[in-house]
Amino acid sequence: MRPFTYERPKNVPAALALASKFAAKDDPPTEADAQFIAGGTNLADYMKLGVARPERLLDLNGLSEASLRQIKITDKSIRFGALVRMGEAADREEIRSGCPVIAQSLQLAASGQLRNMASLGGNVLQRTRCEYFRETSWPCNKRKPGSGCSAMNGFNRQHAVLGTSDACIATYHGDFAQALIALDATVEIEGRRGRRTLAFAKLHQLPGKTPNIETNLAADEIITAIEVPLGPWSSRSRYLKIRDRESYAFALASAAVALDMDGDTVREARIALGGVATVPWRAGAAEDVLKGKVLDEATANRAAEAAFADARPLAFNGFKIELGKSTLTRALLETRDMKS
Amino acid sequence: MSDAKNHSGLSRRMFMTGTVSAAAAAPLLAKSTEAAEPSPARSAEPRELSAVSMRINRQAYNLALDNRTSLLDALRDHIGLTGTKKGCDHGQCGACTVLVDGKRVLSCLTFAVMAQGREITTIEGLASKDGGLHPMQQAFIDHDAFQCGYCTPGQIMSAIGCVNEGHAGSQDSIREYMSGNLCRCAAYPNIVDAIVQARDETRKV
Repeated sequence: MRPFTYERPKNVPAALALASKFAAKDDPPTEADAQFIAGGTNLADYMKLGVARPERLLDLNGLSEASLRQIKITDKSIRFGALVRMGEAADREEIRSGCPVIAQSLQLAASGQLRNMASLGGNVLQRTRCEYFRETSWPCNKRKPGSGCSAMNGFNRQHAVLGTSDACIATYHGDFAQALIALDATVEIEGRRGRRTLAFAKLHQLPGKTPNIETNLAADEIITAIEVPLGPWSSRSRYLKIRDRESYAFALASAAVALDMDGDTVREARIALGGVATVPWRAGAAEDVLKGKVLDEATANRAAEAAFADARPLAFNGFKIELGKSTLTRALLETRDMKS
Repeated sequence: MSDAKNHSGLSRRMFMTGTVSAAAAAPLLAKSTEAAEPSPARSAEPRELSAVSMRINRQAYNLALDNRTSLLDALRDHIGLTGTKKGCDHGQCGACTVLVDGKRVLSCLTFAVMAQGREITTIEGLASKDGGLHPMQQAFIDHDAFQCGYCTPGQIMSAIGCVNEGHAGSQDSIREYMSGNLCRCAAYPNIVDAIVQARDETRKV
């Protein structure tokens, strides 16, 4: 591991001052000399592997702002401070009953220990588990721009079928992010130039020609909060995750679904797909299919077809298209049958 | 049987402790750890050692550590508490589980400098001073909840966390919330039984 200095700033302005002092202006946060750490479950792992090579670690756990550690629930929204841990959010009874898709997406992720460590702000920024990204001896456009993609013609069973480019097919593995993008969440970001609020859907960037640039964040910006608006769809919501084993594994395919129903008819559907795309993935085409329709197996199947219409399979991940469709169909029907 | 176990564990631990630098290993009853907000660890140069103080098993330790040192390596190599095991060293197996401020976490993915001022509990800190085992340790023995034993300290620390979190309500819940601890000997059914026993015993107390 590359040697690094360690600092524990006392508040957000101090953390931002340190970050902007040591980060070059155009560095993506993942390539900057100074990087933030909170739970460390992703970054410490990647530092051990030599994938992440910060010269300075700025530990956010000493930040004094109380709102960073609070969950505020009103009739209109749930606001998560960015330092709230996954396990704490997953265990909140009001969230489990009021917006199950959020609690389930957190509870089905990682392990009890990792959920106690990982912050929500860090969770949404977790980096891919692509084996070729993780092992530094392989060419990888995300890790070393321009070096090539080893997964494209390699063993790409776990790789994405949606949102891929000729440069990168690495999957975004997070679960919580699927619930957030489906529910039109927003993120609050503080930087040296002030505070901004961003639609969660705009936080991550498609790989395109620059897979090394993963988010819209600058190296001297911090996510301080995530806000999830609540509505008639919140309580009728579900996260279905399909894995190689029953627990403690990344999704092969998953679906975050929230439905606003009028009897058997869908007023509005909110759908996101995990395990199959390069970024958190809102399935707008599937939502359009369902709007105003009676939700039965046939319409659910049509929605699933629409969700994967643009899927691009490779040698070993073609099964994800069929699995993804089945996962979405099942999630839609199970969500329909929930009591709202 | 438990006597023999304690003896062999103790002597091995003492041997390991003897092999590390006395300065690093010696627990100092430092007053700094009593302060509510100890001065934050920091280092100006990457290769400069950081002064880190923490409480481990109710005892204060002051250490000088490279920033890259994981909490796991600090416990094992610098303090000589080798009960906490290194399995994958990448947060995938759970063998390194310890409690930090009462919560189960992975010591392999925790930089020791980040544990500044925290209260750490390892497998060595569970038994009472007179050697009486923690109910979870006894339950693992009663149910034969291990074969090779390598994952056992992590399993026991994780199991205590699982019960404390209120996630040990049913066998299914225990399986789900213990899924971060792998056992290559596949003692899982006995581990679940042990946790059920310890859960019920600790509730009685």
